[in-house]
Amino acid sequence: MRARVTVTLKSGILDPQGKAIEGALRSLGVRGVASVRQGKVFDIEIEGADRAGAEAALKAAAEKLLANTVIENYRVEVVG
Amino acid sequence: MKFAVLVFPGINRERDMARALRLVSGREPAMIWHAETALPVGTDLVVIPGGFSYGDYLRCGAIAARAPIMDAVRAFAAKGGLVLAICNGFQIACEAGLLPGVLMRNAQLRFICRDVYLRVERSDTPFTRGYNAGQVIRVPVAHGEGNYIADGATIARLEGEGRVVFRYASPDGIVDPNWNHNGAMNAIAGIINARGNVLGMMPHPENHVEAAMGCTDGRGLFAGLVDHFKLAA
Repeated sequence: MRARVTVTLKSGILDPQGKAIEGALRSLGVRGVASVRQGKVFDIEIEGADRAGAEAALKAAAEKLLANTVIENYRVEVVG
Repeated sequence: MKFAVLVFPGINRERDMARALRLVSGREPAMIWHAETALPVGTDLVVIPGGFSYGDYLRCGAIAARAPIMDAVRAFAAKGGLVLAICNGFQIACEAGLLPGVLMRNAQLRFICRDVYLRVERSDTPFTRGYNAGQVIRVPVAHGEGNYIADGATIARLEGEGRVVFRYASPDGIVDPNWNHNGAMNAIAGIINARGNVLGMMPHPENHVEAAMGCTDGRGLFAGLVDHFKLAA
């Protein structure tokens, strides 16, 4: 099974990297960009076919390591 | 006085730290590899030094914070043992839950490598007894992620309990945004935990301890620690 964990900064947390990317997009002439927040994507291969088990394991992975829940939210998707 | 300096892959300030400890105390610190599961018996001070553990992959300090030795460090701190966490060590201590908050990318997005001025906010900790409250010291910083943030309740608690130990300031001790190099909330450069036995700070006092370095303002931190252990003995 393939899974994806997406980690994003919580709203209200200052994101200087997102701001810099936003500025770069403007200077490239990309129109209509109101704001940019950057984050991380983890594509993970899961052994076996236990979907619920995989979701639980990935949630644990996100809580223990992939995200710092003081500043970040995460989303787990088992793609199949 | 037994010192243990932790060593993770990618750490590069451990020898500067060992040299400073040796110079001020006359004792040779033990260098402890991250895969160890125990600290040497009788350890008085654990130092988590600066550098770029695991290449700053994932988040600064995130992977080192989950290394086997860190369980022993958490247990040591829970019993009141002193932990000094510098630069990447501060990031590791936050990620390990030894200190609150997070060190984010510097507000200006630039790696900062220069001397800064710190106002010592209190002198009644084992780490700062070698200084006077309000004293300004000059020490180097070298970091890209030193911008301290925490939620409003945590900041209020740190301030209310007097747990901000060092603040970025002008040479006259004025805290003002022009001297807050990395944009840290409340110009926070260093904090202690609630019990007062874990100090995390971004600047490098170990790099200003002898005349050849051009400044010895960092020496007070180590001299204070040595006094603390002598009094305790």
